[in-house]
Amino acid sequence: MPKMHNTPGGRVFDVFNFIVMGLIGIIMICPFLYIIAGSFATEAELTRRSFFIFPETFTLDAYKYIFSTDTFTRSILVSIGVTVVGTLVCLFFTFSMAYPLSRKTLMGRSFFMNLIVFSMLFSGGMIPGYIVVKSLGLLDSYWALILPLAINPFNLIIVKTFFQNIPIELEEAAKIDGCSEVGIFWRIMLPLSKPVLATFALFYAVAIWNDFFSALLYITDSAKWPVQVLLQQIIILSQAQLGDAASAGASFVEPPDQSLKLAVVVVATLPILIVYPFLQKHFAKGMLLGSVKG
Amino acid sequence: MDSLKVQSVETVDPGYNAAKNTANVEIKSDITKFQRLKRDKWLYLLLIPGLAYFIIFKYLPMWGIVIAFQDYSPFLGIFGSKWVGFENFIDFFKNPDFFRLLENTFILACLDLVFFFPAPIILALLLNELRLQAYKSVVQTFIYVPHFMSWVIIASITYIFFTTSGGVVNEIVSLIYGKEINFLSAPEWFRPLIMGQIIWKESGWGTVIFLAALASVDKEQYEAAIVDGAGRMRRLWHVTLPAVRSTIVVLLILRLGNFLDTGFQQIFLMSNSLNRSVADVFDTYVYFVGITQGAYSYSTAVGLFKGIVGVVLVLGANKLAKKMGQDGIF
Repeated sequence: MPKMHNTPGGRVFDVFNFIVMGLIGIIMICPFLYIIAGSFATEAELTRRSFFIFPETFTLDAYKYIFSTDTFTRSILVSIGVTVVGTLVCLFFTFSMAYPLSRKTLMGRSFFMNLIVFSMLFSGGMIPGYIVVKSLGLLDSYWALILPLAINPFNLIIVKTFFQNIPIELEEAAKIDGCSEVGIFWRIMLPLSKPVLATFALFYAVAIWNDFFSALLYITDSAKWPVQVLLQQIIILSQAQLGDAASAGASFVEPPDQSLKLAVVVVATLPILIVYPFLQKHFAKGMLLGSVKG
Repeated sequence: MDSLKVQSVETVDPGYNAAKNTANVEIKSDITKFQRLKRDKWLYLLLIPGLAYFIIFKYLPMWGIVIAFQDYSPFLGIFGSKWVGFENFIDFFKNPDFFRLLENTFILACLDLVFFFPAPIILALLLNELRLQAYKSVVQTFIYVPHFMSWVIIASITYIFFTTSGGVVNEIVSLIYGKEINFLSAPEWFRPLIMGQIIWKESGWGTVIFLAALASVDKEQYEAAIVDGAGRMRRLWHVTLPAVRSTIVVLLILRLGNFLDTGFQQIFLMSNSLNRSVADVFDTYVYFVGITQGAYSYSTAVGLFKGIVGVVLVLGANKLAKKMGQDGIF
């Protein structure tokens, strides 16, 4: 913003704005701080104090307890496994499709693009999608948590735009050196797109880790639940006065105390909070690329 | 295609040679379709997994929509099930649930437009006015965080804060108001909670795109406005807002196109047997009737109704935007 003479009214606004934006920032982050603090606090402190950011007595009891239960440990392992494998699968599908589509000389390119854009506008809906997954025999399989999410069309278009902007000379030089198309993709395009690859690895990892809907639809075996479903069972359905009696009947963990609940939320959130600093560097750029038309 | 660039490969690749001769025009002149297919065979090979994904997980379900016109039985399959025409749709429109769903969905969608849609715009305008860059980036870092949390985590946090058994919010409420309020199961609190959640989760993230639009505003326009004696409000009204108008319109179109998408996960997680009268929307209804009760054909018809209204809305909004002299999204 250029230097401008500030009127008294403008100065009042600046101070007001400074305070309001600070408050908004605090409101956004506060619940997380409370949950993290509470998960390290004793049950007594949680009942006595209503809100705090630093616990008086620091204890790891809640974490020790949740990791001693098979149910929780298993669901965390399921989530980690599905996220790692799923991210690799998603990257493979997205990048291998984006590269051919970025070649302007590819015959049928606009047909394929229209196919993709139409699928963003209109979908078969929940039930036909469910029937497809069911008839592929994927119900209660971890693949049901990965394959239906393998390509995010928005991500695909951003990656395609990225490949399109790589100078064509590089490709031609490789061709002269006798490199095949697949070789070009593997030896030139992928190494060049490492930062993009990293960005979308993070995006896909976050999406798969956070996905609750697929597990809700396709995984009925409670031993295969990822942590998001377990979280819903423990925190949202264990409230006897709130949950449906029918679905609460499926709960198997003894109703956890407050600090246990908080610890479960923290563990389910932790991976995101860890990758967030890395994500933040990239996402603004990604969003802007994404807003550029196809 | 730039002719200079392709010169080097003309002996290697006939396709690029052709491209060189005809520059930007169609390449088909001296290379047949078959030759092009052959030249790009490895590219098509790379395309296969992605295409398979779109066919299996996007287009096969679209074809599966035909069960909306059937009395589908999983044992008979799509080919064996009986055709019933529009019976499922008629059943749905006659069902008293229809008006309840329509009303709930419509109210949530309107609240969304009135309260949630402007939130990122206002937030971005205020952020843009912050003079201290370091402070601005700290605030930005904080307000983006909730976007990356899953709806289950957001709902869990809401439950933890709003529960009547020791939730922070209810402890404060009972201090001021004298008694606790059962936010989580009272139907009248359902909509405010849903709005609060979505504003908290997504409005910070929504600022990204507006801040980018604001960053591209020509600084000289502000200087000119100052010379003309425009105060801060005037500059906002005549320089800043016009600069982000097209972004607002595009996002509004997208929002209108998704008018009936009320966010399945959020509503599903926040609804319970006590607030179901206001919480049931098309998406959750499809889930409950279709998946948990197994009425595949009927719920597919409900989903198709919703999908078609959605497409009509997005095309209509796009057309309207173009009529108003804005770039649409198509």
